[in-house]
This record gives sequence, structure tokens and C-alpha cells, in this order.
Amino acid sequence: MSEMMTGAEMIVRAMQDQDVAHVFGYPGGAVLPIYDALFQQNSVQHILVRHEQGAVHSAEGYARSSGKVGVVLVTSGPGATNAVTGLTDALLDSIPLVCFTGQVPTHLIGSDAFQECDTVGITRHCTKHNYLVKRIEDLPRIIHEAFYVARTGRPGPVVIDVPKDVQFATGVYTGPDQVSHKSYRPKVEGDASRIAAAVEMMAKAKRPVFYTGGGIINAGTEASALLRELAKLTGFPVTSTLMGLGAFPANNPQWLGMLGMHGTYEANMAMHDCDLMINLGARFDDRITGRLDAFSPGSKKIHVDIDPSSINKTVKVDVGIIGDCKNVLAEMIRVWKDKKYQADAEALKGWWGEINKWRAKNSLGYVNDKQLIKPQYAIERLYAMTKDRNTYITTEVGQHQMWAAQHFHFDEPNRWMTSGGLGTMGYGLPAAIGVQMAHKDALVIDVAGEASILMNMQEMSTAAQYRLPVKVFILNNEYMGMVRQWQELLHGGRYSESYSQALPDFVKLAEAYHAKGIRCDDPAKLDAAIQEMIDYPGPVIFDCLVAKEENCLPMIPSGKAHNEMILPDFTGQIGDVIDAKGKQLV
Amino acid sequence: MKSHYSDPTGAQTIERRTLCVLVDNEPGVLARISGMFSGRGYNIESLTVSETEHEAHLSRITIVTSGTAAMLNQIEAQLSRLVPVHKVVNLSAKAAIERELALVKVAQFGEHRSEHRMEALRLATAFNAKTVDATLNSFIFELAGPYEDVERFINLMSAIGLVEVSRTGAAAIARGAEGL
Ligand SMILES: Cc1cc2nc3c(=O)[nH]c(=O)nc-3n(C[C@H](O)[C@H](O)[C@H](O)COP(=O)(O)OP(=O)(O)OC[C@H]3O[C@@H](n4cnc5c(N)ncnc54)[C@H](O)[C@@H]3O)c2cc1C
Ligand SMILES: Cc1ncc(C[n+]2csc(CCOP(=O)(O)OP(=O)(O)O)c2C)c(N)n1
Ligand SMILES: [Mg+2]
Repeated sequence: MSEMMTGAEMIVRAMQDQDVAHVFGYPGGAVLPIYDALFQQNSVQHILVRHEQGAVHSAEGYARSSGKVGVVLVTSGPGATNAVTGLTDALLDSIPLVCFTGQVPTHLIGSDAFQECDTVGITRHCTKHNYLVKRIEDLPRIIHEAFYVARTGRPGPVVIDVPKDVQFATGVYTGPDQVSHKSYRPKVEGDASRIAAAVEMMAKAKRPVFYTGGGIINAGTEASALLRELAKLTGFPVTSTLMGLGAFPANNPQWLGMLGMHGTYEANMAMHDCDLMINLGARFDDRITGRLDAFSPGSKKIHVDIDPSSINKTVKVDVGIIGDCKNVLAEMIRVWKDKKYQADAEALKGWWGEINKWRAKNSLGYVNDKQLIKPQYAIERLYAMTKDRNTYITTEVGQHQMWAAQHFHFDEPNRWMTSGGLGTMGYGLPAAIGVQMAHKDALVIDVAGEASILMNMQEMSTAAQYRLPVKVFILNNEYMGMVRQWQELLHGGRYSESYSQALPDFVKLAEAYHAKGIRCDDPAKLDAAIQEMIDYPGPVIFDCLVAKEENCLPMIPSGKAHNEMILPDFTGQIGDVIDAKGKQLV
Repeated sequence: MKSHYSDPTGAQTIERRTLCVLVDNEPGVLARISGMFSGRGYNIESLTVSETEHEAHLSRITIVTSGTAAMLNQIEAQLSRLVPVHKVVNLSAKAAIERELALVKVAQFGEHRSEHRMEALRLATAFNAKTVDATLNSFIFELAGPYEDVERFINLMSAIGLVEVSRTGAAAIARGAEGL
């Protein structure tokens, strides 16, 4: 299969060969040949965003909800620099993306030409890998290699910078099957003897816990199914990180809820008191561990991760297994069955007894109100009214994100799209657009804050153009609530610049974007308003006016251990909880 | 010591480690390697690079770095995950030969000029350094040897009248018949 074509045609052809149905992008001088090639075919649909950051987040939402590689196309200079936040977001959350950037012609590189920037230099630190294509001969190989690098191993964003003369040049196209990489070979099979050792430790454990993360989602739906099977075989409790929500069903009694800074009391206490921690595809993030020298002091730790650099990075483990969660889980199950292992039923009974005591604290509880909509209540109602539908949730960043994580429940993987590692305000709306592109008939809701939504509000115009019925559900507390909460905790309640002043009228703003606007400030009318949002066949902005100074609890204050959580029934002064040293942490 | 994060590095012993990194010799590969060090806050004590297998376009980078054992292991893992990296070998864990080349300029002998000139030459002989340039009041010595020898030679020359030093950084290779 070798055909002559231009570089621009190769890019489109390679997309077709990689099964790319959608590309999110924004045109400019340095990518015009590629736009021309796109114009002349119908199998790859281009979605015109309104800002390149939006293109990348859309591709992230698309990728995370579908398991495919998200594809982005932007021009040189400002097009590329606008994409940087999205690329960094995808790097931190391990999202597979391929981003094509236009570049000035090769002979002008380095001359400060119009809209020139050192794209590979700028994106080196925010991509898994990047390429500058200087010769047409290299282009097809590089594109297929880029898709391979993006989706295998620990997934991540890959940039391909293509100078304009290379787009015009003619060369021989080669297909994906003729590509093999020289040095990049991710390890997917875990070491058999280590897996055997790990499973033996599991059979002997008295207070075990599965600490599961985004790696299970990365490993595909099969990995989620295997996790369920292993949990059933062993009867062990399971907790999930923010990135791992949905890999294990929230409605399963073995699930302890999310763990970490805003996780449940039972999940964090189980992590603290366990004698065996089995980390499956999670990376001991600082939102999870809290104070490291007090992190789960009495446990043996098993860590399964496809990226060798994740193992022993911050927390030293007893058994590190490098491999894909799917393969390792399957092998763990096989060994458990082969050896006819039985969990220590007596010990587990006692362990569950303790866990149930922690559960009884009802750490996600809150005091509801008849006059004001409590944000937690709004999410609860949103969940209740959408749970029987084909629903996908994205979020912005802040308190609303945490409340969504706590009070919306996910029983399947790929239903929850959030910016975890970078915490990018402005992620949710473009991500929702990407999700909706991948799942045309689904109900896609961006749970937003009134501050975050303004960061990529322009993407409403994209939703309107493509008739994407995304719903933006704003928990409007008129504060950058998460910032306000930290100011209350750390800075004596001096709310420096965290009040959302001069907000737009979101209902009118919706109308300006050809969408429907709904406002609600009355708990009694909330259900009807949510129903109206769901029933409307186009995009909606829902301005849900909620209690303004509600804090997001429970919370492990920075610098504290898992067993030092602030629970909702806390009656002291929240500003007195954190010591001087903890205040320096983020 | 109790702290909120893992033990501060000062509390653990700092080791030097020589790493050999085999990479595809493609544009930007050195920036990827050095950028990983600066971006993650690791030390580079020396770094040498050269294409060693021309046919295969493979370059060999020798990096001398220092840190706690955990940090050094993390450096190896971080290097290994860079896409153009074929192999990372910890040469300090093997019996390895390590050499560096230094050009050392010594001059301005002052009032004890002839005494100092003699001393400089004697030391050069003792260290097996070659005299590659000489004027009436200066020498340039070329010394190839282990890091410690080069350090000692330079220290001694400082007492005599060191003007300038140029060092290559380490080249290293494991002993015995086996290749990488
Ligand atoms: C305001 C805010 C508050 C937050 N609070 C919390 C909180 O309370 N609790 C919480 O959990 N998070 C919280 N986060 C998110 C947190 O910052 C991290 O993003 C998150 O905890 C990381 O999740 P993870 O450990 O599952 O790792 P991910 O970032 O999902 O990384 C996945 C890991 O799995 C590995 N992996 C990838 N693919 C595979 C595979 N196929 N097989 C095996 N391994 C694989 C990767 O190498 C990586 O180590 C918060 C974020 C924000 C913005
Ligand atoms: C791009 C970006 N800038 C700044 C921040 C810091 N930050 C985190 S949460 C937050 C406030 C978010 O406010 P809002 O969207 O109203 O959400 P709320 O916390 O009120 O629910 C800010 C400013 C960030 N995460 N991202
Ligand atoms: Mg807000």
C-alpha cells in the first residue's frame, strides 16, 4: 500500500486509517492545506471550536468517554500556545490525544517568522512525546507512531508539528501496519512471580483495601469488569480516586466511596488502618496521601501501574507490579482461583464491622434547608432525576466538582470526565461538547461553578452550531467557592478577590448563545426545573442559585493525616485547624 | 524528623550515580533529557553525549548525577519513559571504568616562578598528565583519569596558579566482555 499524495492529504488519510471520526480544531494560515484536504472528504468530521483550549478539552472529553484517541488540529503560534493548557491537562490525567499543529515553512524556522513559536520546545514538558516533521518522507511514519504512543502504555498527549511546506510537499504514504517503534515498548504483562506473591498476601490479609484509580479506566471497560470480579471473589472493600470513579459501581455495598482530601471518612479510615493496600492504577497523589509520614502506617502495599516511574515515586511499596491493569487483574483472578484461595472470613467480618462504624458517621451528610438550595441537595436531585438515563457528567473545577464527585454516583466507567491532576477551570463545557460528539443520544451535563464556566463560555457557540444538547448546570454560589473555603481555613476569612462580582445574567447569556436559560433558587421548584432542562432538546444553561458560604466537607486539611478529617458535624473554628506548616502546602 | 512530605533529602545519604542512557540520535533528544532533570529538580553533575553507533543513529549519553537512592531510582525510571530512550543502565552498580579528560591551564607563577614551574611539571608527571602547551609563564596540561584524580590534580594546581579548566565530564563503560 504505497500511494503518492501531499503532506496535508497524508494527515487526513492517516486519520481515516486510524479510525478517527472527529477532529476538534481551529484554522489559521499554517494549517490551510490540511483544512483544504479535510474539505474534500466526508469521513472525518471537523468540529470548529471557539478557542484552541476548547479544542483540546473537547478531544479529552471525547477520548475519556469513548476510549478512543482524541484528535486536535490547530494553527502555528497562538493556535499552538492556546492549546498548551489542554495538553498539560491531558498529560496529568493520562488522556490519549494527538494534536496536529501548523508550523511556518522549514526554511523560516528560527527566523521569528509571522506566527512562529517553538512549538516542540514549548510543548516538550506538557506532552508524552512530540515531533517536528522536517521531511515529507517521515510524515506518515510519525503520524502512526504518534497514535501508537498516545494510546498505549500510560496514555497521554502527543504533538505533531508540521511546517507548511511539508503539508504541500508530495511523498509516499504508508499505512499504520508498517510502523513499529524502535525504542518505545510499554510493558503490559505483569511479572508472574510478583503477581503470585501479591495474591498470596491478599489471601492472608486481615484488613485489606483496594485503592483503585484512573489506570483502571485507562485500561478499558474490561479492566472494570475484572475489578468487579476480583472484588467479588475476595469480598474486600474498594475505594476509588476522583479519576477512577465508575470503575467500580457506586451502588455496590463493597464500595467505600471516593478517598482523599474530600473523600469519605470510611474510605480514608480504611486506607489508614488497613494491613494490606492494593493500589490498582492510582498514583499516590498528594490529594490522597495527605501527610506522607502518617500515610497508612501499618500496611503492606501492592502497586500495579503501567508506568514504572509511578512505583515508589512518593510512597514506598512492598510489591510493585509493572503492567496493564487489565492483564494483571486477569492474572490475579486466575491465581486466586487456581490456588483455591479463600479470604480470611473471620478477619474480614471484623474489618467490615469497623468500616460500618465509620460509615455510620455519614461523612457526606449536610444540613438541608427549606429556603435555600444547598449545593449537595442540587447534585442529589440531579442524580436522582438522571440516573435511569444514559447520562455523562463533566465538571469544572472547585467545590461543585467535589460535590458532584461525592453526591453523583457512577456505576460504569467512562461516565465521569473531570480535570483531576491539573484542576483546570474551564475544562467542563468543552469536555461536554466532546462527550456529546461521541455519544449523540446521551444526556451530557457539565456540573459547573459560576466562575469556572466563564473561562470557556465561548464554547456555547460551538454547541449551538453543531446542535449539541449539552446542559450546563451551574452551582452558582457567587464565590470562587473553593478559594473562599481555603481563605476561611487559612487566612482568617479574608475573602481577597474570591467574590464573583458583575456576573452575567446566565439566562440571558444562554439566550444570546441560542440556548435555553433556566434559573432556580427554590428547593421546592428544583425538581421541576431540572426536568425542564432534561426535556429541552437543545443546549441549556441552568443557573442554580445555591447557598453561598457552604463548605465542601468532609476534608483532610492540608498537612494532616487520614484520621484527622474535618467532618460535617465539626463545631470548632475551621480557621484553627491547620498549623503554620500545613498552610504552606497547596 | 517529622515533616508533611517525605523525608527531606538532607536526612538521607546522598550518593553519586553514573548512568548510561542509550537514545535515538534525533533532534531535541538532549533537550528532553536535560529538561527532565531541570523540570523535576534533579542534579546533573556532568553530561556527555556523542553518537556512538552511526548506522543505527544511536547516541550514548553518560550522566553523572547525585541524590538519595530513591531519587536516583526515580531518575532512572523517568529517563526510561522518554520515548526515544532505548536503555538506561546504572553503571555505578556495575564495576565500571570511568574517565574524564581535563585541559588545565596554569600560569602567573609570581615571585617563586621557577620553583612553581618545576612543581607544576613534577605534579603533571606524577599524574601522568601531558603537557600540550607551554610558554615562558604558562602550561596547559591534558589529564585523562577518574573524576577523583582530576579533582585532586586541579586542587593541587590551584595552589600554584590555576587559570582555567575545561573538563569533558565522564565517559564510562562496564568492565568485562559483555556489552550494554
Ligand atoms: C479541587 C480538587 C480536589 C481534589 N480532591 C481529590 C480527592 O479528594 N480525592 C481524589 O481522589 N482526588 C482528588 N483530586 C484529584 C487529584 O488531584 C488527582 O488527579 C487524582 O487523585 C489522581 O487519580 P489517580 O491516582 O487515579 O491517578 P491518574 O491521574 O488517573 O493516573 C493513573 C495512574 O494509573 C496508571 N495507568 C494508566 N493506564 C494504566 C493501565 N492501563 N494499567 C495500569 N496502570 C495504568 C498511570 O501510570 C498513573 O500512575 C482533586 C482534584 C482537584 C482539582
Ligand atoms: C485556570 C484556573 N485558574 C485558577 C484556579 C484556582 N481555582 C481553583 S477552584 C477556583 C474557584 C472556582 O470557582 P467556581 O467555578 O465558582 O466553583 P466553586 O468552587 O464556587 O464551586 C479557583 C479560582 C484553577 N483551578 N484553574
Ligand atoms: Mg462558585
